[in-house]
Amino acid sequence: MDTFVQQLINGLTIGSIYALIALGYTMVYGILRFINFAHGDIYMIGAYTGFVLATSLGFAMNPSIFAFGVTLLGSMAIAAAIGMAIERFAYRPVRRYSRMTTLITAIGMSLFIENLFVVIFSGTPRAFPQLLQNDIYPLFGNAAISSSQLLIFVISIALMVLLQYIVFYTKIGKAMRAVSFNINSAKLMGINTDFIIAFTFALGSALAAAGGVLTSQYNPQINPLMGIIIGLKAFVAAVLGGIGNIPGAVLGGLIIGLAETFVVGYGQNIGIPSTYRDAVAFSILILVLLFRPAGILGSNVQEKV
Amino acid sequence: MKKIITSVLTLALFAPFAACVQKGGETGSTGDGTGVIKIGVYGDLSGQTSNFGKSTRQGVELATEEVNAKGGIGGRKIQLVVEDDQGRPEQAKTVVSKLINQDKVSAVIGEVASTNSLAAAPVAQEARVPMITPSSTNPKVTQVGDYIFRVCFIDPFQGSVMAKFAANSLKAKTAAIFGDVNSDYSKGLTEFFEGEFTKLGSKVIMKQSYTQNDQDYKGQLTAIRSANPDVIYVPGYYGQVGIIAKQARELGMNQPILGGDGWDSAELWALGGAAMKNTFISNHYSVDDPSPAIQTFVKAYKAKFNNVAPDAIAALAYDAMNILAASIQKAGGTDSAKLRDSIAATSAFPGVTGNITLDKDRNAIKPAVVLELNPAEKKYIYKETIAVDGAPSNTATTGANMNANTMSSQANANMANTAPTNTNMASNANAAANVNGNANAAGTK
Repeated sequence: MDTFVQQLINGLTIGSIYALIALGYTMVYGILRFINFAHGDIYMIGAYTGFVLATSLGFAMNPSIFAFGVTLLGSMAIAAAIGMAIERFAYRPVRRYSRMTTLITAIGMSLFIENLFVVIFSGTPRAFPQLLQNDIYPLFGNAAISSSQLLIFVISIALMVLLQYIVFYTKIGKAMRAVSFNINSAKLMGINTDFIIAFTFALGSALAAAGGVLTSQYNPQINPLMGIIIGLKAFVAAVLGGIGNIPGAVLGGLIIGLAETFVVGYGQNIGIPSTYRDAVAFSILILVLLFRPAGILGSNVQEKV
Repeated sequence: MKKIITSVLTLALFAPFAACVQKGGETGSTGDGTGVIKIGVYGDLSGQTSNFGKSTRQGVELATEEVNAKGGIGGRKIQLVVEDDQGRPEQAKTVVSKLINQDKVSAVIGEVASTNSLAAAPVAQEARVPMITPSSTNPKVTQVGDYIFRVCFIDPFQGSVMAKFAANSLKAKTAAIFGDVNSDYSKGLTEFFEGEFTKLGSKVIMKQSYTQNDQDYKGQLTAIRSANPDVIYVPGYYGQVGIIAKQARELGMNQPILGGDGWDSAELWALGGAAMKNTFISNHYSVDDPSPAIQTFVKAYKAKFNNVAPDAIAALAYDAMNILAASIQKAGGTDSAKLRDSIAATSAFPGVTGNITLDKDRNAIKPAVVLELNPAEKKYIYKETIAVDGAPSNTATTGANMNANTMSSQANANMANTAPTNTNMASNANAAANVNGNANAAGTK
């Protein structure tokens, strides 16, 4: 039983990270019908920005809640700016061409960012400084939760609630929904669509950066290619939940995280070695799409952002 | 537009043939004669294991500098051509092709990761250019062909060393193995650790795996925790091992964690921190070994490279270059067939990592050391030396083996009777004397 609870905690932790990144995919898709393949790399940029901030400001030496807060918010802000810059200089110029052009630009952007970071920081994994005391809280039996895991839950839930608030209860959120509904009509209604799109990129990038910094507290090792696999899985999570749908992205992220962890934990009992965990996660995607092509929560009439 | 695509495709189709023709014409005549001797070095200089590539390059550079300072080989200086393969197998293959076909190197030194050496070795073999890998330990690497050599021990031996240490010195009855599913190195070690550990009467009760891109290991570790093994064997590379140890300790798992030479990098101290307490590795040499040969090397290396202590990878690269230089000297030039024979005949070469003798399968026969990690002082503590049973008696370090064993709390006298797990040693006359019934039990590859 304690092992089960422990695996549940592990699964929810990694699932929350997937969810944070999946939100960025889903929002951009909702607005532009375009998969931003460089999104996983924004997650990596977030982690590296946090690394540079924490080491250059001396937080690595004296960790505190303040140090963590500054690192988290700082890297979210910088990543948001970088996300907007990528949109402005790489995607906007090609937006009026076919969607395929934008897609390939995104793949190119992803490779560019990865290799740029390899050149700057070298490819060797770096140790991310521990900014908060990592305490272990025993629950019962062998089951325990670490403060880095708690941190991931609390902050990701807070960010998701905040996002929900922005999208559904603010003016700019209303504009985002309008753009997602029909970009041309929105323009006719006087909405500055370029600004809304840039804002969406900023929002998604900030969430991914938060994911990057949070993961680095949990797994304090960063490298320039860390965003590839996690980006892919978050994308799968977004599709699984119904791409373009915000609660769907969160649900998809948690499902993928839990599925992976339970395959590792219990797969051996039913003859699935832990090596197959990614295969299982992707099989779930295929099964869901067979029966619900729009994803679990996705549908054609749903409001998309 | 269509035209451009067609012509690009045509070019792409014919490029390999063009390369073949070029290579065919050059075979046997690479760089024979006078002038500088070009040696190719390839390794991961910008990927996930880039510390390995850098150490290799620095070890080779130091050896080259020393050879050139003494006037080179027969008056000819050595010139290095260094290529980065980003730690990717397909890239390793490409850069070795480039070194051989464009730079026309006389020999190639590289890689560290077995997967990358395995990808590049066929290129060198086909072009008949000798390749020496300083530190790839998977047995399959030198099986690619008779132009592929190595100056380190191989995984059947390394895996069995750790199994012996776990079963005999740590008295472990059960073990869990947590390996990298995409690495030939990790797979080899897993196989041979399990073989030897089982033979010694203990049991591997769980096997889990990860990949180099994983961000989280707690799922697998929680599963391992529920099995509660005496020791955990993690045959991986330093980039992942530190975090694995950290997360294991967070889950309250305080068992000894064991590993291999892939852990040996200064970055591990930062990645793993205090979690690296109670961990042990098998390695090629100990930087704190007081023997004068090792200390002279350590001093020279530190003087040249910013006071960084050489890890085992650097020491092996240094040995590889020195063996190559000595072989070119002996062969009287860089004719590829003569050079090959000359390298193959290497016997009792006094290297930093022990006396190196190549067996008929072109693998080095040498002892391994077991080191305990001390994260507080960022140092390795020497535990014991475990030799290949029946290794040639002229190996100095092997001679010291018995004394070394007494240093550990556990008397390892019974180890001398344990059968060699490395069947490649069977050719060795001395080995034959020691072989008992189950000589071939573990891992004939």
